[in-house]
Amino acid sequence: MGATAVGKMINVRNLKKHFSTSKGVLRAVDDVSFDIPEGQTLGLVGESGCGKSTLGRLLLRLYEPTAGEVHFDESSLFSLSPSELKKWRQEAQMIFQDPYASLNPRMTAEDIVAEPLKIHGIDIDPDTIAKSFQQVNLNPQHRSRYPHEFSGGQRQRIGIARALILNPRFLVCDEPIAALDVSVQAQIVNLLKDLQKQMNLTYLFISHDLRMVRYIADEVAVMYLGKIVEKAPTEVLFKNPLHPYTKALLSAIPLPDPALEKKRRRIVLHGEVPSPLHPPKGCGFCTRCPLAKDLCRESSPPLNEVEPGHFVSCHFPCIN
Amino acid sequence: MKAHIEVKDLEVSIQNIRAVRNVSFTLYEGEKLGIVGESGCGKTILMKALLQLLPSTATIDSGEIWFQGNNLVTLTEKELQGIRGKEIGMIFQDPMTSLNPTLKIGYQIAEGYRRHFPLISKKEAKERALELLQQVGISEPELRMEQYPHLLSGGIRQRAVIALALASKPSILIADEPTTALDVTVQAQILDLLLQLQQSILLITHDLSIVASFCDRVLVMYAGQIVEEATVSELFANPKHPYTKRLLQSIPRIDGQEKILHPIAGSPPDLSIPLQGCAFCSRCTEAIDICRTETPPLFGGNRCWKNDKR
Repeated sequence: MGATAVGKMINVRNLKKHFSTSKGVLRAVDDVSFDIPEGQTLGLVGESGCGKSTLGRLLLRLYEPTAGEVHFDESSLFSLSPSELKKWRQEAQMIFQDPYASLNPRMTAEDIVAEPLKIHGIDIDPDTIAKSFQQVNLNPQHRSRYPHEFSGGQRQRIGIARALILNPRFLVCDEPIAALDVSVQAQIVNLLKDLQKQMNLTYLFISHDLRMVRYIADEVAVMYLGKIVEKAPTEVLFKNPLHPYTKALLSAIPLPDPALEKKRRRIVLHGEVPSPLHPPKGCGFCTRCPLAKDLCRESSPPLNEVEPGHFVSCHFPCIN
Repeated sequence: MKAHIEVKDLEVSIQNIRAVRNVSFTLYEGEKLGIVGESGCGKTILMKALLQLLPSTATIDSGEIWFQGNNLVTLTEKELQGIRGKEIGMIFQDPMTSLNPTLKIGYQIAEGYRRHFPLISKKEAKERALELLQQVGISEPELRMEQYPHLLSGGIRQRAVIALALASKPSILIADEPTTALDVTVQAQILDLLLQLQQSILLITHDLSIVASFCDRVLVMYAGQIVEEATVSELFANPKHPYTKRLLQSIPRIDGQEKILHPIAGSPPDLSIPLQGCAFCSRCTEAIDICRTETPPLFGGNRCWKNDKR
């Protein structure tokens, strides 16, 4: 992960976002680097408060960073002028977690979907709107209904149609399925996968649910206390997790299979995630790590490539 | 096996919505019984009906809830107060809203305890609160006693709620989505804790995976009805109702090879409109003619006409 790689759509280098609060500096995102190739999905997982949403917002420049660089194609995101930034926003959109809070209850579905066109001064053609409804499997005849007349899954489809109306190339999906029922979650994940194929979209898929991430992501990054602790191609990460935190996270997920559940040896983590206001010295995970040694409490491990494409930030990765 | 709580033909409606329809089940002593269903299936209303905590717009239209020789439906509010919280403990989904933000943790637990045992002194109640906080694995319990809920993390708050629910040693614990607001690693801690501390539990959840590791028996609810009842091993190995089958297929797994998810098309029916036939038939891929016209009764633990072996 050295110099800016070519052919990668999104390049993130040493990105930091620190918030100053009355209680001190909160390191929400602390020196994070990765790439997302065009047409692929990076799954970003971690528990609440680990900084994954802040990272998603930084990639859309909804926050200004404390340090670091994000390149979108060749251009440096944080040096765009306001007018360039507005133009760039057509290329990058967001899908939000809560389909109840992210749609204006006083606007019709049609107006919600057309609003980005209005903002960017593009002519609104009724056919375009109808097409975008069909694209996300919504009935165009329901275009003049209000959000409360739709179910949660349908509302999330409206949110997706709104994000796609400008033909963007990059989407940040921030927990897009967390508020939905399991049977509907699968509908939305399948829709996102189909759309990605049709439109060659690039996704940053933020989720706390590793199970869903496995179905949609090409690569997965695990975050803990503002840092990426492990990153690998999806199947590699699930088959051969190397960071003790990733292992614990995977083992905490219940399997829908009572026979397997009985046989399973679970790693139960003790304690809580430390406050990002006062991160521990050394490795961020050392306070809860079952394998922590003196070195872990002294120095923070770098993110090393232990096999091609598999990065882990641990002094003693669990290599079998 | 001794029955702890027995529900017979319970019907609950909220204005014109028939939220709970013809529900019967038994929770046996020492058993972990799961009730699984998606949002709006009536599982929370069912739980509130058990405790007689229904909103004022809801009414119990018919049915009986038997507990320790009493039909809870016919008891007065005063009689219920001797059971609710004391004999039947409760844990709700969101640990922030079930704790009073203006009272210290220790005080809330001690007061709740004294409410059920008025003869106990304040000092003894405080000692009991401290003991409970230790029992639920809260570190530095003396410090936590003096803290307000907003100072605690979600996991510790939910532990405090468990301490509160278990203070009077209830014979049954009803837990409504006790881990839904928590992270997975904390979820595992809380479920382990519940298994350690309580014998008979009614667990209400939308997550079949939790049921697999936690429960002995499970009821699957759809559109206000119990559509399938089975032991956990039977349900996962051999689901009989099409809804259960499809629900199991739509759950993503961290193991296994398949890369496609199989969602259930459509959405649950609108319960304010009278249902014709089976509630699931509009989403069911196996539906036959009778499914659209007649409501299926229970055929050996499930409501599906395809399993009619008469």
